[in-house]
Amino acid sequence: MPTNFLLAITPWPAMSAVIWVVLLIAVLYLARHTAHQAIRTASGALSRGLRIAAHSVQQAQARLAERNREVLLAAGREAKERIVEREFMRVGETVRKDLANYPHLHRALSESITQIEKDHQGAVDVPPDPPGWVKAVETVSKLDAKNGGNEVLSDIHKSVVKAHKEAMDAYRDASSERHELLRAMMPRWRDVQEILQAVDKKVEGLLARLGIIDRHMQEYEAIVKGEDKAVAVLSSSSLVQFFVSAMVLFVAIGGAAINFTLIARPMAEMVGGTSFIGLFKTADIAALVIIMVEISMGLFLMESLRITRLFPVISALPDKMRTRMIYITFTILFLLASVEAGLAYMREVLLQDELSTSAILRGGEPEASNQFLWITTAAQMGMGFILPFALTFVAIPLETFIHSLRTVLGLVAIAILRATSLLMRVFSSGFRHLGTLTERLYDLPLFVPLWLESRWAQRSPSSSPPVAAVAREEDLREVAS
Amino acid sequence: MKRILVLSCVLLAACSQSAPVARNTGVYLLLDTSGTYRAELNKAQDVILYTLSKLEPADSFAVARIDTGSFTEKNIIAKATFDERPSAANAQKRVFAEKVKDFIARSNASQYTDITGGLLQAVEFLNEKHTGRKTILLFSDLDQDLQKGYVRDFAVPFKGFQVVALNVVKLRKDNYDPKEYLARLDHWKAEVEKSGGEWRVVNDLDRLDGVL
Repeated sequence: MPTNFLLAITPWPAMSAVIWVVLLIAVLYLARHTAHQAIRTASGALSRGLRIAAHSVQQAQARLAERNREVLLAAGREAKERIVEREFMRVGETVRKDLANYPHLHRALSESITQIEKDHQGAVDVPPDPPGWVKAVETVSKLDAKNGGNEVLSDIHKSVVKAHKEAMDAYRDASSERHELLRAMMPRWRDVQEILQAVDKKVEGLLARLGIIDRHMQEYEAIVKGEDKAVAVLSSSSLVQFFVSAMVLFVAIGGAAINFTLIARPMAEMVGGTSFIGLFKTADIAALVIIMVEISMGLFLMESLRITRLFPVISALPDKMRTRMIYITFTILFLLASVEAGLAYMREVLLQDELSTSAILRGGEPEASNQFLWITTAAQMGMGFILPFALTFVAIPLETFIHSLRTVLGLVAIAILRATSLLMRVFSSGFRHLGTLTERLYDLPLFVPLWLESRWAQRSPSSSPPVAAVAREEDLREVAS
Repeated sequence: MKRILVLSCVLLAACSQSAPVARNTGVYLLLDTSGTYRAELNKAQDVILYTLSKLEPADSFAVARIDTGSFTEKNIIAKATFDERPSAANAQKRVFAEKVKDFIARSNASQYTDITGGLLQAVEFLNEKHTGRKTILLFSDLDQDLQKGYVRDFAVPFKGFQVVALNVVKLRKDNYDPKEYLARLDHWKAEVEKSGGEWRVVNDLDRLDGVL
């Protein structure tokens, strides 16, 4: 109806339409500058708003990254301190043990050396006495043979031969003794060699450990200085720890589920099988509570043993109190494990009872007891007893998971903020260009008056620049910015 | 901190105000012992044993016979509210099964069939037990035959009850005129649904899964 009305302003609808179009173009042309300003203001406001928001998000991301870096460095520093502290404790222990043994070692070594020296002195080759009778032989040889010189010489010869024989015997005995002494020195040499080898091994072990400490100290220094390389290594390490600990925790959850299955059914005998707390059976909740208490006791035990450091209060306790806490938590854990073993046994008994009842209700006879039933019963009891202790070790991956989770969450938050900032920048740019596009679309039906305007401007260059040209320049500036 | 305290108080109040919801089941099985139906009692035993195997601790179960005058506790053959401990409940189920077996072995046929009296007895029993779900299993051919002097022209309050007719056998006369059989079913359906109950018929006893 309105269209018909509009087309009825002249007797010829086509003429009416042309008139309306001309009027519309005229109105649009007159309102062009204002419309452009409105479009530009709207798109500019949206674009600037998004740009400011993107900048703000970027700043938040930078702050978070800095905070994450600090957290990462602090965690790395703490971990390195703990490692270096333990390495020093091990070195101290080695030194203490070896130094305590050192006087004994020194005495053994000195005794061996003294004995070797003594044996060595005893084994020195003593030269035979110089022959004193040579001069007497020369004198006797100068005597006249008639004066009995030959007889004297003959006697001397006999004596000399006898003395030579005795001297040779004595020399052989002495040599034999010396050889004996030298032979006796062999085991002492071996002792000395062994002692020195042992010392060498210990010293080498100590040096190797010192090398490790040196490496850790270098890494520690890099962390303290806040080097980028150290941060990258810590970040990567944290991600690996996160996934590994998550996997171990997943396995532990499986263990807890099996544990729950073992005790939930017999728990109904204790607390009743029909009472509910909320939507859950009381027996199930009771079984879950027992498992949770076991895990808590495991956590406290690990804390008391200083294997984990989730609760600084426990680590800071005096050693005496901490030792008491170890005994108390272990006792509670042991009692709960015993209770679980009992419940696992009860579960088997109940199962057999139910099977027997079902057989009767099916119209048959109760099944005869299986002679190998004790195996499954013992296995269930064993699992019921062991699983609480196995769950104790959940504390270790849990600690790693919690510490690495902080870093991983930080990294995820940084990634989200970065993506948000990027999206905001893209939208900001998009709105700006959308404004320009809208202006161009606005100008599209006005191409005739705009063309005429430009022709007019070319004919009178001295006149002031047309409104359209000013607007176009503004557009270009806007796009360039 | 204050908010947490307020929230805790609200939660505690909400928990304390909510009434405990009964989640147990009550089942009352009526056995027709009339002459025309007595041969089906062996099937009833299977149904009873199946029901026993399905029931949980704290559920209630009763088996009663339908005879000349069924509105009496004397007609209850066996009844039990099972203990909360599964082991004790199993023991009760075994005793229950023995009682039912004894009854089936020594039961006599009754001359008349007072189904309405039995249903009223079932409603009273289950209402007294305050069970969450109330089911009446009607093991009968649904052919009521009252002795003179017994008044049963009233509506039994079935609101909140599920009445399941099991093994509704066809009588000899139904073969001549099946409309009688259909009329019996329609009559009891109308009786139950008129009083707010839910009516079902299960003739295939191998398909009792959805009943309980």
